[in-house]
Amino acid sequence: MCPPTKPQTEQEIYGRRGRTITDRDAHDISRVEELSYDLKVHEVMSTELRTASPDMPLSEVLEIMRIHRISGVPVVENDEMVGIVSLEDVVHALYKGNLDVPVSACMTREVVTIANYESVVKAIETFSLTRLGRLPVVDENNKLVGMITKGDITRGILIALQKDYQDEEVRRYRASHLFEDIISDRTTLVLRYNIKARDFNHGGNASSNIKRALMRLGADPQITRRCGIAVYEAEMNLIIHTNNGGILKLEVEPHRITMSTVDDGPGIPDITQALQPGYSTATEQVREMGFGAGMGLVNMKRCVDTMELESTVGKGTKLVMRILVPNETLTGHSHG
Amino acid sequence: MNLKEIIEIVDGTLLNPQVDTNIEIRGGIGADLMSDVLAASQPDAILMTGLTNPQVVRTAQMADIRAIVFVRGKQPQEQTLAIATQENIPLITSPCGMFEGCGRLHETGLPSFESNVPSD
Repeated sequence: MCPPTKPQTEQEIYGRRGRTITDRDAHDISRVEELSYDLKVHEVMSTELRTASPDMPLSEVLEIMRIHRISGVPVVENDEMVGIVSLEDVVHALYKGNLDVPVSACMTREVVTIANYESVVKAIETFSLTRLGRLPVVDENNKLVGMITKGDITRGILIALQKDYQDEEVRRYRASHLFEDIISDRTTLVLRYNIKARDFNHGGNASSNIKRALMRLGADPQITRRCGIAVYEAEMNLIIHTNNGGILKLEVEPHRITMSTVDDGPGIPDITQALQPGYSTATEQVREMGFGAGMGLVNMKRCVDTMELESTVGKGTKLVMRILVPNETLTGHSHG
Repeated sequence: MNLKEIIEIVDGTLLNPQVDTNIEIRGGIGADLMSDVLAASQPDAILMTGLTNPQVVRTAQMADIRAIVFVRGKQPQEQTLAIATQENIPLITSPCGMFEGCGRLHETGLPSFESNVPSD
């Protein structure tokens, strides 16, 4: 949002001939690449616009460029962008020895623009494809709202990275508050959910809350996702298969996350068979909902580090799944 | 690819305009089996599906799916729409069939975010 205040680099001044570095970098560094998807053009563009009118003499445009240290000036007539004058256009006119011509005589009329809602990665692509040094930014109604240069993008990404870092600090503080400031020989956060049989309308609510809790605790996104999928499949199993529902429990410790379900029947007659991919006892109704393909237990097993399944027909089933939390992605820092 | 572009490509209609649609979609998955979505999708994908029950949204949420397209002009159940809006997941209905919808998106360069069957 802030206008460029520092002198531009040679690369920005010689925009058209300048080579892009940013897109290469973006592909090498994953977080930067991610940010270039997340950040939108309107978040990094400069909004302090310097424009020219078509009948303005070129010498005046050169003066605007010199004073504001910019290398391209959009040409606006009746609130509409009709072209752009770059330093290169001025150099061409200078070569012919005539700076008194009006802007309209030497401006570029076919202007490559970018929409303000696009992500920064689109701008990087456009820079790379066109070899332009700056792009006018337009809104949904094609109205000029700003300018973007590669420098703006670099600055935007750096600010976002800094914010990332600060957010991470806050998150870590919160997490360590739970697992470090509370001193015990073993601290465990237990979340318990009662799941009703055949309650398809609320199916997934508990898992949704569990996923949110893990995110708030600052757990690694990858681990959060694995837990979410495993616990969701387990929750659906309670809804689909049990007589009277069951209990879904999540235990969070600094070094591991334990997910378990207990129910009181009907029980699984043959666990080995139940673990076979594709084996299913689900009803047609359940299959119509996209479940019951016999992949639930297989999916769970894939997402967790250990899984234990015990069952007695007529008594019930107990499922325990664990995900180990590597030290560096810990919710908290130490092993309690 | 911006979600707005995707909606255009599949001739889609956004069903919950109150959610944020200014999002970047990085790939796609097409499935009617929710277990397949949970087993095979990578984060930040769009889900093309013929199912319209609330479980689709819950599945999307667990699998970090960013938006859902119902193919063959299907309309979601009321509760599906309510959960999606609450969880800020855009729902789109498209007249395209599954193959057509996926094909159009793939053709414009949206990669598949379905991983192949694990070898174990």
